[in-house]
Amino acid sequence: MSSVLYDTPGPRAKRRNIVLSVVFVVLLAALLWWVWKTMDEKNQLEWSLWKPFTQSEAWSTYLWPGLANTLKAAALSMVIALPLGAAFGIARMSDHKWVRVPAGVVVEFFRAIPVLLLMLFANEFYVRSTGIPSDERPLYAVVTGLVLYNASVLAEVVRAGILALPKGQTEAAQAIGLRKGQTMTTILLPQAVTAMLPAIVSQLVVIVKDTALGGVMIGFTELLNSRSTLAAFYGNVIPSFVVVAIIFIVLNFALTSFASWLEKRLRRSKRSTGAVLGAEDMEELNPAATGGTFGTGAGGSI
Amino acid sequence: MSIYVTHPEAREIVFDFLSDYNDPSLLGAFWVTIKLTLLSGVGSLIWGTLLAAMRVSPVPLMRGFGTVYVNVVRNVPLTVIILFTSLGLADIFGVTMGSKVFETRDFRLAVLGLAAYTAAFVCEAIRSGINTVPLGQAEAARAIGLNFSQTLRLIVLPQAFRAVIGPLANVLIALTKNTTVAAAIGVAEAALLMKEMIENEAQTVLIGAVFAFGFVVLTLPTGLFLGWLSKRLAVKR
Repeated sequence: MSSVLYDTPGPRAKRRNIVLSVVFVVLLAALLWWVWKTMDEKNQLEWSLWKPFTQSEAWSTYLWPGLANTLKAAALSMVIALPLGAAFGIARMSDHKWVRVPAGVVVEFFRAIPVLLLMLFANEFYVRSTGIPSDERPLYAVVTGLVLYNASVLAEVVRAGILALPKGQTEAAQAIGLRKGQTMTTILLPQAVTAMLPAIVSQLVVIVKDTALGGVMIGFTELLNSRSTLAAFYGNVIPSFVVVAIIFIVLNFALTSFASWLEKRLRRSKRSTGAVLGAEDMEELNPAATGGTFGTGAGGSI
Repeated sequence: MSIYVTHPEAREIVFDFLSDYNDPSLLGAFWVTIKLTLLSGVGSLIWGTLLAAMRVSPVPLMRGFGTVYVNVVRNVPLTVIILFTSLGLADIFGVTMGSKVFETRDFRLAVLGLAAYTAAFVCEAIRSGINTVPLGQAEAARAIGLNFSQTLRLIVLPQAFRAVIGPLANVLIALTKNTTVAAAIGVAEAALLMKEMIENEAQTVLIGAVFAFGFVVLTLPTGLFLGWLSKRLAVKR
């Protein structure tokens, strides 16, 4: 086993690695032992606290409805944010200054603001200005906040996706006499959407994670919110946290794996131009390359 | 409610409510946001660098630990982590971060949670930076007899850090925005004050605009400065 950073270990290095491994294991074991001991002392290990999760009642009453709401809010946000983001992303690349500049300002503004602020504002706005019933309001507020934020993040994804296409595509379209609108809708956008798919799926992970914010701050009954109701009923703080965290990890890990599978597949595909926008590209989305500002609200992928 | 106010006295009435909030005041709340950002930023930079070192180290166990940590933490909502620091770590495990005062305790717990979460992203940024350092650099370092930690400390990491200022700036800006999640455990920072104000005052739009402006002021200069720095310090190859 060798890497660029170190040679294949010889006898001394092997000995040192074993010593380091042992020290590391001891430290980890000490930590785990402390966790186990404290949980035992606080009676968090008792089977009665974990048992609900093996029965259907806890799942059907609390966890499944919570997860359903999480997925519902995430799906709605993505479905609404995507066309909105595409519109703003394209508007930002317009040849007309009066379209480009306002679109840029809107995108940079909403990327700079924490999504929680948008949710709180939307919630209060709906309370005062609309007749949305109070039991549905949290969903509306969460989706509104997520749409405003993610549309502006996706606008940048769309823009980067279109700019990642080879220049020959635009040139060829112009050469056969297509107009700007035709070039965009028939040549660039279809290819860009394919190139963006992995980045879009990765953004879905961010959306799923952000729904939890609505659960705590504005009472949207998603998974994390259901956890507190569940824990109040069964009195199992740690077990409920563990189970909810595992559900989130499994869900998001599946999405992340799907995104990287998609990315690999698209990179291999012979029919495309080979332009792919993956999760990594989004984190490093170079503003200089996409002609944007190093703006306010980069970091949409966290 | 009208925000189209030009007369000085009328303007005073519109902004009047701000003086009702003293614990914390508007600036005080944003100061807490800044403190949260800076403290957890430093914490996540240290822990994230250690994690990145583990992920490229010759010890398989450390590599495994780094990978598992990053993949677990990245996929859990920050809200779950922050809430857990209060309801789990503090209430069950008795980790009070050296303070019996709830306010201080929750602030420190929030810093811990934010740092633990952000470190996963710092680690990935640094690891991608290590990948940008040409192979020849590490090979030359090994050729003159440097061992793993020397290669990493003296040759690779200094170049990697210069390459990842841009991505790390992204992480810092995201962290600034993420500090609002600390409101979930009652840390008196900007988002919590906004929630209180917006629920009790009539000036919904004005309050929203004031807090939004506050965050633009915090993130815009950070982004511009670090963007300039990353271009200046980029290793020309």
